[in-house]
Amino acid sequence: MRFAIPVFPGSNCDKDCLHVLGNVLQQDAFFVFHKEKKLPPTDAVVLPGGFSYGDYLRSGAIARFSPIMDDVIRFAEAGGIVLGICNGFQIMLEAGLLPGAMRLNTCGHFVCKDVWLRVENGETMLTCNAGKGAVLGMPIAHAEGNYYAPPEMLKEIEDNGQVLFRYCDIDGNVTPEVNPNGTANNIAGIMNREGNCFGMMPHPERASECILGSDQGRVLFESLIKSFGGRTPKCGCRG
Amino acid sequence: MNQQLKDFAKAGGLNDEEVAKILGFIGRDPTIAEMAAFSAMWNEHVSYKSSRKYLKTFPTRGPRVLVGPGENAGVVDVGDGWAISFKMESHNHPSYIEPFQGAATGVGGILRDIFTMGARPIANMDSLRFGSLSHPRTRYLIDGVVAGISYYGNCMGVPTIGGELVFDPTYDGNCLVNVFTLGVVRADGVFYGNASGVGNPVIYMGAATGRDGMGGASMASAAFDEKAAEKRPTVQVGDAFTEKVVLECTLELMKSGLVLGIQDMGAAGLTCSTFEMADRAKMGMKVDLSKVPQRAANMLPQEILLSESQERMLLVCKRGNEEGVLDICRKWDIPGAVIGEVTEGRQMEMYWSGEKVVDLPINLLTDEAPLYDRPWAVPADLEKRWELPEFKIGTDLKSEFMVLIDDPSFRSKAPVFQKYDHMVQDRTVVRPGDGDAAVMRLLEAPSNRGVAMTSDGNSPACWLHPYNGAFNIIAEACLNLACVGARGIALTDCLNFGNPERPDVMWEFKEVVAGLSEACIAFDTPVTGGNVSFYNETAGNSIQPTPVVGVVGLVEDVAHTAGSLFLNAGEAIVLLGCEDFRFDGSLYLRRKTGKVAGQVVKADAKRHAALCELIVAGIEKGIVRTAHDVSEGGLLWAVAESVAGHGVGATLDNVVHDAADLFGEAPSMAFVTVKEADLSCLTVMAEEAGVQAVRIGTTGGDTLSVKNLFEIPVKDIVAASKKPL
Repeated sequence: MRFAIPVFPGSNCDKDCLHVLGNVLQQDAFFVFHKEKKLPPTDAVVLPGGFSYGDYLRSGAIARFSPIMDDVIRFAEAGGIVLGICNGFQIMLEAGLLPGAMRLNTCGHFVCKDVWLRVENGETMLTCNAGKGAVLGMPIAHAEGNYYAPPEMLKEIEDNGQVLFRYCDIDGNVTPEVNPNGTANNIAGIMNREGNCFGMMPHPERASECILGSDQGRVLFESLIKSFGGRTPKCGCRG
Repeated sequence: MNQQLKDFAKAGGLNDEEVAKILGFIGRDPTIAEMAAFSAMWNEHVSYKSSRKYLKTFPTRGPRVLVGPGENAGVVDVGDGWAISFKMESHNHPSYIEPFQGAATGVGGILRDIFTMGARPIANMDSLRFGSLSHPRTRYLIDGVVAGISYYGNCMGVPTIGGELVFDPTYDGNCLVNVFTLGVVRADGVFYGNASGVGNPVIYMGAATGRDGMGGASMASAAFDEKAAEKRPTVQVGDAFTEKVVLECTLELMKSGLVLGIQDMGAAGLTCSTFEMADRAKMGMKVDLSKVPQRAANMLPQEILLSESQERMLLVCKRGNEEGVLDICRKWDIPGAVIGEVTEGRQMEMYWSGEKVVDLPINLLTDEAPLYDRPWAVPADLEKRWELPEFKIGTDLKSEFMVLIDDPSFRSKAPVFQKYDHMVQDRTVVRPGDGDAAVMRLLEAPSNRGVAMTSDGNSPACWLHPYNGAFNIIAEACLNLACVGARGIALTDCLNFGNPERPDVMWEFKEVVAGLSEACIAFDTPVTGGNVSFYNETAGNSIQPTPVVGVVGLVEDVAHTAGSLFLNAGEAIVLLGCEDFRFDGSLYLRRKTGKVAGQVVKADAKRHAALCELIVAGIEKGIVRTAHDVSEGGLLWAVAESVAGHGVGATLDNVVHDAADLFGEAPSMAFVTVKEADLSCLTVMAEEAGVQAVRIGTTGGDTLSVKNLFEIPVKDIVAASKKPL
């Protein structure tokens, strides 16, 4: 499966995504510089994390106007798979590919730590291998992950099953205590109504190899690839 | 010489003797721009005029050392065609005046030093020292420094993987912010700060020059008084986003093959980079200062020479390639401009709107910079420091211990580490707080090799005995590396001292350098670079001598590492080493009596090296599950740290002969855990290595118990560690 990874000035998880998709999952992953006006032929776009344009103005607000984004939006509107991770998610919100907005964490600063996610909708291209109710451990690393949507929009997102993940404890209990950033309804990731655009604050690309402490993020990439009819190698560290 | 020039020299930190020396050299009055260049190059921070004599004595060679001191950072071979570049720098003075920007630009500066060598930075560490928590300025400083590091490192996408956080009243008037960065470079892809080839263009690349950080290096070369806050405008203002783009632009330029030599603009800005690059190549340079991209209106040439604006690089390419270089700058939207060319002879000529404003032989600012052999004297009260004061150990050892671990240094640093992105780049195998050192895998290399990093300092020990104290910090750093499964290969240092014009400070400095040097040889860890920070003095009070070392180790296979926190119940806890635990210089004594006092026993190099090797071998064999050195706080403290991490308790049934065994300290002691089945194997290995191994207990349970003495619920220990800083 082909994955285009746009590189914005200030992207810094671009190489991690390339490593996991290319080296670990052995897919055809490649960078696209943000000044390009057209995406090369691809099956999916992964918008990586980082501090595009230094998060100036608002995180993702300037990257959304990078030349490549017009074609990413066209690609998404035509049904192409777009996954935004962390800053990539923020860019998708700014670009209108996903509903809602991101606010500063309620603690007021950047937080990098392991969290647990409960899969809320197991019937999406990103989560089908994990299944509803699965609890996945992976890290977050952001200052603005406090998801917000106006009440009516939030209800719509919930009712449509667009919530992909919620922050939970190790047993899958969703409580205010495990909400790391103040996000609405403990939401950690959502998708659009059509089910081809996905955004999440946690970093599955940092949790795709046991040597890094968790490989539970890998199942999300595997789901995408499987949904697309691709194949992935077995996880070497699971024996 | 007119008064204006005299005042300018004085403001730049040049004393009368130095000004006379300048006049003697050039035989005329210097221009203001020339005086600016001298003040930038001859201050302590850039010229090392008080320390050079001693720094020359450091062991700097070894089979792995590709680049030693003198370049922007050292480079060490790690095999498979790959190398690592690393260095530690201080940003103490700016951080005390303006903690956020001071710390942020400290990180920015050391990152540039690393990518200037052609290396992609893969890890940062920070050794932070503040005054006591009760001092009114301490919280303001911590919050600002941590936020500054977090901002800069996170935005750069370079993980901050640990360091030190120390509180001690000696730093009430001078905090220490030492930043340590490591990068990866192809062994044959190292770049140097050389301006070679007559007629080759000199290109400025990076952020435009403004009036920030004017005279920063001079500010960092003087003690503080009550007017320290007025020096705030000398602190640079950082923009991590620009630096991230400059990093990518620089690495692409290097990959393009167009760059011949390169240097970042750090302390002393454009002056230092032009003079040093020309000096290293034994060439001259002609520079048109009016061509320097500027972000402030009506700047003067001397301001351009003194500015320490951040995120700037100077490079030399082959004549005819300048457009290729500028194309890459344009791709990244980074200002770039040809500002001069390399010339024959060793003369620096600088122009401003057609007028020549600098015309100086380059060596006057480099080789001929003042070199002082400052007087030193043994502190009058030295032997008095060695006397152990009277103190009484309470009969209730449990409450003695609970009081001890109420010290802020027992508390988990997780709230700080969590503000740093410590996982970006997908390399962090042993995370901050999980082990005695951090381990990063080298994704570039074909093997499974990794690098381990640790930074260590111990000012109480160095104040009591600078030589032995300094020796022991390298020993401890090597033991920290061993406890994650790494063998130390090289080091960088930051030597933080008070006012070198005081003979006792100079004596401390000389002793510390000698102690570090002996340890470098003993543990086979050459010095590849570092820096000296003098004048950590406020209102006449110097800090205690605080050398900090950043030691780098190699892990042969990152699948075999160890953490310091107990993970499983039922493992045997084995104490390794045979030193006597003593109260001298210990934290227990400090808390009990408020005094830093006692003898400092130097680690036995042979026994210490054998201990380190045994632990690494045990980890590589896969039998050692946990390893932790016993240092500040003593044995029970160290065990409690291992308990607090994951809440796995321990029972110690074979430790206590007297209270010193619980609360005393010694170099060259560590404990490991192994499965019961592997205990005999470890015992045999220890015997062969000549290391004493004593089983002292077992992991597991809901308490930390010392048999026949007391039990402490694990939850109480966890609570003590989770107490907010």
